[in-house]
Amino acid sequence: MNPENLRYTKDHEWARTEADGTITIGITHHAQDALGDIVYAEPPKVGATLSQGGRFGVVESVKSVSDLFAPCSGTVVAINPDLQPGPKQRAELINQDPYGAGWICRVQPSNTAELDELLSAAQYEALLASEAH
Amino acid sequence: MTLRRTPFNEREAAAGGRFVDFGGFELPVQYKAGLVAEHKAVRSRVGLFDVSHMGEIDVRGPDAVASVNRLITNDLEAIADGQALYTCMCRPDGGIVDDLVVYRFGRDHVFICCNASNRAKDFAWISEHIEGAKAVDEGEQWAQLAVQGPAAPALVQRLTATDLAPIKRYWFTTGAVAGVPSIISRTGYTGEDGFEIYMPAERGGEVWDALFAADPALQPVGLGARDTLRLEMKMALYGNDIDDHTTPLEAGLGWVVKLKKPDFIGKSALEAQKAAGLARHLVGFVMDGRAPARHGYTVVSETGEPIGQVTSGGPSPTLGRNIGLAYVPTSYTIGSKLHVDIRGTAEPATIVKPPFVTIGDKS
Repeated sequence: MNPENLRYTKDHEWARTEADGTITIGITHHAQDALGDIVYAEPPKVGATLSQGGRFGVVESVKSVSDLFAPCSGTVVAINPDLQPGPKQRAELINQDPYGAGWICRVQPSNTAELDELLSAAQYEALLASEAH
Repeated sequence: MTLRRTPFNEREAAAGGRFVDFGGFELPVQYKAGLVAEHKAVRSRVGLFDVSHMGEIDVRGPDAVASVNRLITNDLEAIADGQALYTCMCRPDGGIVDDLVVYRFGRDHVFICCNASNRAKDFAWISEHIEGAKAVDEGEQWAQLAVQGPAAPALVQRLTATDLAPIKRYWFTTGAVAGVPSIISRTGYTGEDGFEIYMPAERGGEVWDALFAADPALQPVGLGARDTLRLEMKMALYGNDIDDHTTPLEAGLGWVVKLKKPDFIGKSALEAQKAAGLARHLVGFVMDGRAPARHGYTVVSETGEPIGQVTSGGPSPTLGRNIGLAYVPTSYTIGSKLHVDIRGTAEPATIVKPPFVTIGDKS
């Protein structure tokens, strides 16, 4: 369910290190399931500076607005073209394929040591288990 | 504080309900199908809502009709026994205590359904102000289910020998539904045809089970879709669109204010407001773009000054657009453009004539 090769945050984002050293970011299966039907996403703009733990955008379901928190610090180098704000935005991709086609943005990290602070898949799963009641 | 449960709680859990706290009650916001699917099921076929959290107040007296009429804006004298009314109940200054559905059983018997969030407040208000009649809080006695959608009347008819065909919109009858003595009311909060069924709380489960036995594909619907359905019809939600500080005239509810009837609480304030003209009014708007406007967002003028507030807003599953309600100056009318401040950006919208969705016009 939660891919082994990703790192996770306690706010239910995931981070994947690419071959070129950039970090792709999205929200987890648990997050999209908890939100329900996602109707709108506001990704950051290319060139924006993120700081780890800072709010960098929103994802909205019918009922709610959810802040996105940066897994790592850096500069946004790309956003998912399918999530470009506008009439062609396909926010439902985040529900359908949160680790693949539903990726949100890609960041050039400014401090790769931050990634070591993130959770492994096993640690994230333990977090989910402890939150469930 | 433990949440209160309705008689349908276990059945809702078994059906995959995702529970939230609504006015102190544990109720599903959605089921497995999800909000959008539940909403569409009601518009296209039929859905089932647990509305047992609503309050019920029974009023009896030699002229209960006149007694209640002095507390509400609409006119019980203008309807017959067996008919119901949607109305506001106002304070002396015209502010709204609650919006209600009032059932005229007879001159000596009136039954009131009120919002869950206002149960204690309404009962206290009515008890304090009513003259010539006695009010009893029956909230604990009744369970309530709403069956709504184009296929709803046929489904409910299968469970009762009482002929429902003569029961027109906002009329009601009493009869056995799945053998359970009930009040069967052709009312609802979705804009669709259908019934709200009041039954003794301890027998509610029998009605629920019979509905699913008659229609195994019946969609249970949560509070999330209840809200998107009523918003599409521009039906007010107390606490969002109307409250103690809004008058029915400002809220577009002038049609339930009968100033020609004898005195009622708030009448003189509403007459004065009508004579002076309204400064603000509740309008419905459609956003141009994909970002939803939501409760609490600020409405701004072309030059960026705050001119109003969004009271309800979100995506419309039927329209595929973002819709909302807001109080704005009366200079803004149907066709006017307005802007909603969404996280610092003034997003454009257009005021439209309600309702947002025409029943029978499904997407």
